[in-house]
Amino acid sequence: MKVLKLIIKNSGRHKLRSMLTILGISIAVISFCILRTVVTAWYVGLDAAAANRLITRQAVSFIFPLPYSYKEKIKSIDGVESVSFANWFQGVYKDKDNFFARLAIDAETVFDVYPEFKLTDAEKEAFLKDRSACIVGAATAKQYGFKVGDVVPIEGDIYPGRWEFVIRGIYQPRDKSTDASQMFIHWANLNERMTKEFPQRANDVGWYIVKIKDPSRAAEISQKIDNLFANSSAETKTETERAFTQGFISASSAIITAMNFLSFMIIGIIMLVLGNTMIMSARERTREYAVLRTLGFTSYHIAGLIFGESMIISALGGLTGLVLSIPMIKGIEENMPKGFFPVFTLEPITIVLALSSALMIGVFASIFPTSRAIRTKIVDGFRFVG
Amino acid sequence: MEKIIISIENVSKEYKRDSLSISVLNNITFDVQEGDFLALMGPSGSGKTTLLNLIAGIDQPTVGKIIINGNDIAKLSATSLAKWRSENVGFIFQFYNLIPVLTAFENVELPLLLTKLSKSERKKRVELALSIVGLGDRMDHYPKQLSGGQEQRVAIARAVVTDPAIIVADEPTGDLDKNSAAEVLTLLDRLNKEMKKTIIMVTHDPSAASKAHIIKHLEKGDLV
Repeated sequence: MKVLKLIIKNSGRHKLRSMLTILGISIAVISFCILRTVVTAWYVGLDAAAANRLITRQAVSFIFPLPYSYKEKIKSIDGVESVSFANWFQGVYKDKDNFFARLAIDAETVFDVYPEFKLTDAEKEAFLKDRSACIVGAATAKQYGFKVGDVVPIEGDIYPGRWEFVIRGIYQPRDKSTDASQMFIHWANLNERMTKEFPQRANDVGWYIVKIKDPSRAAEISQKIDNLFANSSAETKTETERAFTQGFISASSAIITAMNFLSFMIIGIIMLVLGNTMIMSARERTREYAVLRTLGFTSYHIAGLIFGESMIISALGGLTGLVLSIPMIKGIEENMPKGFFPVFTLEPITIVLALSSALMIGVFASIFPTSRAIRTKIVDGFRFVG
Repeated sequence: MEKIIISIENVSKEYKRDSLSISVLNNITFDVQEGDFLALMGPSGSGKTTLLNLIAGIDQPTVGKIIINGNDIAKLSATSLAKWRSENVGFIFQFYNLIPVLTAFENVELPLLLTKLSKSERKKRVELALSIVGLGDRMDHYPKQLSGGQEQRVAIARAVVTDPAIIVADEPTGDLDKNSAAEVLTLLDRLNKEMKKTIIMVTHDPSAASKAHIIKHLEKGDLV
């Protein structure tokens, strides 16, 4: 502690160099935080996936529908607790940039399979009673200023025509991993209009959500469901919700892997930059270290001086980067296409990783100059010309 | 009877440069009495700074013994030697070697940071050392705010602040003008006479050497 003053003074000896290094570390930490937040946001669906939910979709492709008649057949399978279903409705709300997931769901069963969407009993009842109703997630309601009773006009694309839905409830997410950006409309409403306008698309279901009693039987029940519809005109593929979500993510896995790699690459680069700064500093002070050792300071003291300076610079850079990351991530979230990532926040694990990386940079950057300084003989230190 | 404080016994020093072995000191033997003021003179490359470094414990002899106050310092480990130096030797260098980011007070305080003295005790000692060298009013000045002579006086204060028995000075006036050099030599003389410090000084300057009680000449690693 007695030499702390010297460590602090040494850190500020070359103010411009130290400032630039701190700035470099800050930028690295900001980049790391942003990239990690994107990666985390990508995987948030996986975290939200329930172990007791299966997804049954058309075996050929997700874009092909399944018949509504499968619902009761699936429900009759041993181990199935409840069955719900959904269709990707999409459409445009005022502008194409106003993106949030819009799904047609089975109002009677959706809350059995998705308990993480929290509605009051009154809202639930109001939604069930009104086929033209919709419910929206709290995040979307906040973003667009929706209130219960508002009418949401949607210009249909997958399901053509103009649609209007009255908001009867705003659901709250159970936890941070729950997507609070979705909008749910009645599948019955959709089906009614399809029956009238496009009869060939009547009774189409996008996918089934199957809640099972025992998650350990997921593979067996999935097999039973798929066997049930084998050799039919709409064969099914059933998998756990996690595997289903992972299937979506895997399409972008190369990008995610690249971002992951890049986030750690940046840390590696900045480690070399700080290492270079510390090598220069230690080299310039070779004579001073010789003086200190002559006065009785040991190699441990010298190591402490270099290590301490490296840690101060890296900690300052890490903290600055972290503090700046928070508003920057908020800004990115506000400026990216709405609803692109339902959850886009700086996770505690990212903060821990960023700070640990910054401190690790400090440790690694001090190893070589420390080793060099303590291996240099005092007499050689005095002869050194920097 | 005078006490022998430093005993150099058959000391030789060789440096290795690649495959070459360069002999710097050859079989040097002499004693220094407690309270002596010894000047080591000789041309460049004669080995006087190497001999000073060996006595100060910042280098090790290739062969021979350096016994100081009864301890063979050549046998001490690096850590023990560092502790020994901090307690027994004060250093004065040609180019002062003050730490530029520390004030005169903080520079003088440096060796005391290795002791168990409290902050107030350290303060008293530093103030006393700086007042001895006549810089009591410059304690908060940084080295760049001081003249060469003043910097060297701060270095002398740093050398005496731990009250070591031996002071080694390597060309202490080599970088100073005549007046500053005279001031520094007067200080060294006072330290020797009033504080009974044993001083070993390397110098090229005959007038500086004239302050010493004993002058030893080195030539190509041999005492002549």
